[in-house]
Amino acid sequence: MEKRAVFKNWWLPILFALPQILLILLFFYWPAIAVMKWAFTLEPPFGGIAEFVGLTNFEEVFADPFYWNSVAVSLIFALCGTCFTILVGLVLAIAVDRRLPGSGLFRFLYILPYAIAGPAAGMAFRFILSPERGLMASLNAAFPDFWNPAKYGAHALILVIIIFAWKWTGYTFIFLLAGLQSVPRSLTEAAAMDGAGPIRRAIDIQVPLLAPTLFFLLVIMMTEGFVGSDTFGIVHSTTGGGPNHGTEVMVFRIVDEAFKGLNYSGASAQSIVLIGLIMIFTFIQFRFIEKRVHYK
Amino acid sequence: MRLTVLQSALASVLAATVFGAGPAHAEKTKFEFWYGLSGDLGERVQDACRKFNDMQADYEIICTSQNSYDTTLQNTIAAYRARKQPAITQIYDAGTLDMMLSGAFVPAKKLMADNGYTIDWTNYFGGIANYYATAAGELNSFPFNSSTAMFYYNADAFQKAGIDFKPETWEEVEEAARKLKTAGFDCPLGFNFDTWQMMEQFSAIHNQPIATKGNGYQGLDAELVFNKTKFVDHVKFFKKMVDEKLFVVKTKQLGMDIVPAFTSQTCQMIQTSIADHGTIGKTLPEGVKWEVAMLPVWKGTQRQNSLVGGASLWVMDGRPEGEYKGAAAFLNFLATPDMAQWWSTVTGYIPVTKTGFEAMKANGFYDKAPYKGRELAIASLTYTPTSQNTRGIRLGGFTQVRKEVSTALEAIFMQNADVQAELDQAADRSNAVLRRFEKTYAGQKLN
Repeated sequence: MEKRAVFKNWWLPILFALPQILLILLFFYWPAIAVMKWAFTLEPPFGGIAEFVGLTNFEEVFADPFYWNSVAVSLIFALCGTCFTILVGLVLAIAVDRRLPGSGLFRFLYILPYAIAGPAAGMAFRFILSPERGLMASLNAAFPDFWNPAKYGAHALILVIIIFAWKWTGYTFIFLLAGLQSVPRSLTEAAAMDGAGPIRRAIDIQVPLLAPTLFFLLVIMMTEGFVGSDTFGIVHSTTGGGPNHGTEVMVFRIVDEAFKGLNYSGASAQSIVLIGLIMIFTFIQFRFIEKRVHYK
Repeated sequence: MRLTVLQSALASVLAATVFGAGPAHAEKTKFEFWYGLSGDLGERVQDACRKFNDMQADYEIICTSQNSYDTTLQNTIAAYRARKQPAITQIYDAGTLDMMLSGAFVPAKKLMADNGYTIDWTNYFGGIANYYATAAGELNSFPFNSSTAMFYYNADAFQKAGIDFKPETWEEVEEAARKLKTAGFDCPLGFNFDTWQMMEQFSAIHNQPIATKGNGYQGLDAELVFNKTKFVDHVKFFKKMVDEKLFVVKTKQLGMDIVPAFTSQTCQMIQTSIADHGTIGKTLPEGVKWEVAMLPVWKGTQRQNSLVGGASLWVMDGRPEGEYKGAAAFLNFLATPDMAQWWSTVTGYIPVTKTGFEAMKANGFYDKAPYKGRELAIASLTYTPTSQNTRGIRLGGFTQVRKEVSTALEAIFMQNADVQAELDQAADRSNAVLRRFEKTYAGQKLN
């Protein structure tokens, strides 16, 4: 039997939803509309009369080679970050799911990094992976310039991806663990009795049944990697977009352009392009990958 | 029952918000001052605010650090757009033109005249005042913490390496660097990619333009030309020195910036602000001999005055009338000879007025050990009357220009990029910034 709550007055549900609606209007639609406006005008930093310039801001953005560089950096960052967090999260989840002694403690330890703010994690890793005094210092002493994120863009990019992955693996881990625990025990137990090892059981039974969770995480992590606040926080506190634009992800470039360069219009145009890109990605994911996901 | 408790609690919270903090402070007019200094220098600003508040009964200044110069500008803009701007804000050199064209401030001279203070505006050092003044010489903001770049070297290390001269030219710096290297010092000279010392100050003392139109003073249509001046050769020289391991890059990203590199005696020579004079004196171990000198020039150069750095105080418009009386009183208080001298003593910043400097010279301030050498900053700033190239830099979006140049320097020194090609690219990109600024403020004239 289904239980349903029925509101007698038509305005009562609206009243309950009103705080939420107001917050969304205030913090989401209003800024979004301002960004739309600024992207097509030249907005003076202190306000005042902004001249309509049509698509000029977009033309400038697209004509800038460093803009395309930031698109490429963002793509690499989000893709590597997504793969890393999901794969490592999956391995950890399968390990904890086996209910060995101490798995409760590990479950807690694995989720912990997620509670740490991006910039704080960034600062910590700046020391841990510093080329001169961190973990890599002895390696650098033996092989000069083996690891130097201040000098090589590729090293710096690896550095920020590691921090991102370290922070977000706990998140994917929790979802995957929950997913695993909803896989009927009888299936894995039956497989075990048939002689399937843990790896075989994971590949043939657990992972396919996790497909909806994996798909959800794929969409979430790609979006997080592209526009998440941690992405900005980590880059800002470790490499500052450098060296020589090597870690300049799109969100960092937007903030830098707006607040350092006081170019609100250019930054707004970039935001709109970024939103467009996210929509395209999500569409592709739903269109082509979701088809291969089997829901129960 | 419970509801009434909740209701009364709610009511009292509401009342507190509406009627303000309480009657105790009601008679004082409060106003806000935002500043960009942090750490030790930020504490000294708080001291100044406390002194002011203790001294008089009518006003209370609330001083808040915004942590850095660029966040102060950003926060001031955001606050102004939300009509919540502070009465006074501290804006760094690079934000001067952005402020001037904003129309969001009360000019310094007008504020003081309106509130009945007479200030002798000619008392400010020309090189300092020109940076913040209109082309006609009217001050828009109050010079506050002014500095210039200096050359610091470790005299003990020099002695150990058998160097018996003070490096005044870059040829001599090179010679000293070689001798230091031979004597076993790994980092004879440390430097970072801050363009202030290497590009701006270098260009000024060598009388080289950074941009056309008198570094932008004569119009918003100025174009950057730093890629066609002696600066290019200077960068090439630095590159050669880096390749020979005589000059070493020291940045925060690499684990140690130039000032800690100098005070930990890792590097024996650096160029940095006179504002660091106090910190360096306090941080170097006792007994280590070190010297400060004017920035070196290339042999055969007619030395020009160096540029003023640091920040000035802007009074924002749109505040209630009463706050301006307080703001004027505070600015007048800062300008008193006693305060000027105190500020200059506890920081490394230079006195901004001629009378302030003379008074400090007369009472022997610069002869005392920890302060010795600071007078050279004034000597450097006032070395010659200002020329078109040494008056200041009046370019819009200058923070972005600095970033383009420092990124180019990073590519040159860290990734072996071609000097000319990188600087050309930085100039092109910076010119695009200027053109956008010009369009944004189309129809406005520089005054």
